[in-house]
Amino acid sequence: MGLLDQKFDNANIVVTSMDNLLNWARLSSLWGMQFGLACCAIEMMATGASHYDLDRFGTFFRGTPRQSDVMIVAGTVTLKMASRIKVLYDQMSEPRYVISMGSCSNCGGPYWEHGYHVLKGVDRIIPVDVYVPGCPPRPEALMEGLLKLQEKIRSESLARKKSA
Amino acid sequence: MTAQNISDMLRARFGDAVTGGKLEGVPDPWITVAPLRLREVCTLLRDDPAAAFDVLMCLSGMDYGGGKLGVVYHIDSTTQRHKIVLKADVTAADPRVASVESVWKTANWHEREAFDLFGIVFEGHPDLRRILMPDDWEGFPLRKDYRVPEFYNGMKVPY
Amino acid sequence: MEETMTQSPAAPATVAGFARALKTEEMVISMGPQHPSTHGVLRLELVVDGEVVVDVIPHIGYLHRCFEKHCEHMTNYQQVIPYADRMDYVAAMSNEFGFVVAAEKLLKITVPERVEYIRVIMAEFSRIVSHLIAIGTYGMDIGAFTPFLYCMRDRERVLDIFEETCGARLLYNYMWVGGLSHDVRPNFAEKVKDFCRYFRPKIKELNDLLSYNKIFIKRTANVGVLPAAVALNYAVSGPVLRGSGVQWDLRKNDPYSVYPKLDFEIPVGKGLKGTVGDCWDRYMVRVHEMEQSVNIIEQAVDKLPSGDIAAAIPKRIRPDAGDIYVRTETPKGELGYYIVADGTASPFRVKVKSPCFVNLSALPAMSRGAMIADIVAILGSIDIVLGEVDR
Repeated sequence: MGLLDQKFDNANIVVTSMDNLLNWARLSSLWGMQFGLACCAIEMMATGASHYDLDRFGTFFRGTPRQSDVMIVAGTVTLKMASRIKVLYDQMSEPRYVISMGSCSNCGGPYWEHGYHVLKGVDRIIPVDVYVPGCPPRPEALMEGLLKLQEKIRSESLARKKSA
Repeated sequence: MTAQNISDMLRARFGDAVTGGKLEGVPDPWITVAPLRLREVCTLLRDDPAAAFDVLMCLSGMDYGGGKLGVVYHIDSTTQRHKIVLKADVTAADPRVASVESVWKTANWHEREAFDLFGIVFEGHPDLRRILMPDDWEGFPLRKDYRVPEFYNGMKVPY
Repeated sequence: MEETMTQSPAAPATVAGFARALKTEEMVISMGPQHPSTHGVLRLELVVDGEVVVDVIPHIGYLHRCFEKHCEHMTNYQQVIPYADRMDYVAAMSNEFGFVVAAEKLLKITVPERVEYIRVIMAEFSRIVSHLIAIGTYGMDIGAFTPFLYCMRDRERVLDIFEETCGARLLYNYMWVGGLSHDVRPNFAEKVKDFCRYFRPKIKELNDLLSYNKIFIKRTANVGVLPAAVALNYAVSGPVLRGSGVQWDLRKNDPYSVYPKLDFEIPVGKGLKGTVGDCWDRYMVRVHEMEQSVNIIEQAVDKLPSGDIAAAIPKRIRPDAGDIYVRTETPKGELGYYIVADGTASPFRVKVKSPCFVNLSALPAMSRGAMIADIVAILGSIDIVLGEVDR
């Protein structure tokens, strides 16, 4: 409620820029795509559950990429799965964001050296906005990643064309 | 039944299918069986009432190095208190082993995995294709002389 | 060729006749790797005739992370432990337990009794954690969201205990070959007993909320029946086997560690709400196992002796050439490690027999003739973790 309370005492007309309003609306309700791959998915579920609630940030998980704003790639990306991730990313509608959660999707993680079937980082196939390190990252770390994404959105402008 | 009893029973019935083994001095005694005679040996081990090996615990492909491959079977009986290990040795040039899928259904996926990762061909398997690696993968990854490809479908594989 | 509905004058007068006149084909639906209810990256190819499933073909390998290759390249047996954690990531302590028991048998070392008791306590906590996730997500698949949140809340209490002991919530690297990485805190016994007192009423709450709920029973009883003989032929293990009525638990039938000194029961499916071996039986076996785990933990923490947990950790791990197969009872079933040593400091070959891999191979046998919605119920009742299926 930080943006809204104590701002309206007797006036009820707000003047702001379109960018501010749109960005505030978008970052306050980032719907994530349910996309847990491996161990980080369990921490993502724990973050979404009642102890470290994600719903207070306006985020809850949708089953389909068509309805989501952010794809949290949680877990190891294998070569067999990589083409599906690309398809799912392409199905999300813009503006869309990607949070890479955990070492495996950042850079291959513990499997970087001898993993013949592991893609060393999901940024080899899709563009990533925020990297959350950890193996697995604590729920607080994932929330910080989400807040960093919100900061990034706050500084965007939909009027300027976003580069692909 | 002890490992010696089992080995004697198999030798009595199948003669030269049993090619060796190590029956004492190790925590898990094993019997080496000719690879193409495995199905009959395992059918006897499952159906004989004194042996009653009704569960195939584990089926592992092996690469001993120098072009020698093998399969190791760990079987167990839930009714009698005994276990045994069977080993079948093949070469990379002729990696054929008889499939035991008709004896224990669980061997279906285990044999597909051994084929996928080692290239061991199981004769008589109803559906021998890759299970863990993508269908268009080339090579058998768990072999000791495997070299990781540089690219797969446009993605760089090594770090 | 085919008779169509517009061929009217001779159109059949009965529904059955009408159905015979229509031509139908089977359809192949892909319950693809990204799906909210497949518990991970699993692809199920369903061949359906209308709503009835004729065949299910699972496609796995989407999380194959080359565990066995990594083992061969590690310079030390202790380095395998973090990779073993990441296989069944929901109950990581049980994977470690299996590996260290196998390595210790190979090296022929015995660990202090304090280490054994702490390992058993951690393994049973990990059973509780795994079953809580299994039950919570199963309820979510069936359509009940609230039990999921209750299970996660209780799970956080156990994770607090894990975090106090070894610093990590999900993947611990706690059990080492020969001992443990950290000793437990001085207030460990008190915290554990607190948790046991807190948790028993929660199981009753879960039963009131979900287990005996009429809708849940209608969705799970008589669905996905797995007869005992088929289960043994598929080498199924764990709650899936016990749900089919087979009294087989490695903690009693092939014991390891200090389980022979502890007193507990093995719950078995009896077909109370439907047929023996249906989804409800498998689910209730998990609920009862959680109660039994609490019993085991209370006994073990009372009997916990003092000692040094690092006394038996070897400085150099170089087993003689040989091989060994050791199996332990994890929450998912029988986890087997086949380790082949060649006299050097790194393993020559480590093969993992994963219970989820084997249990999943029995899915087609359980689901022919079920409806599409039942496939979700059956898959949830097997309780798979793809990290272990694909290794």
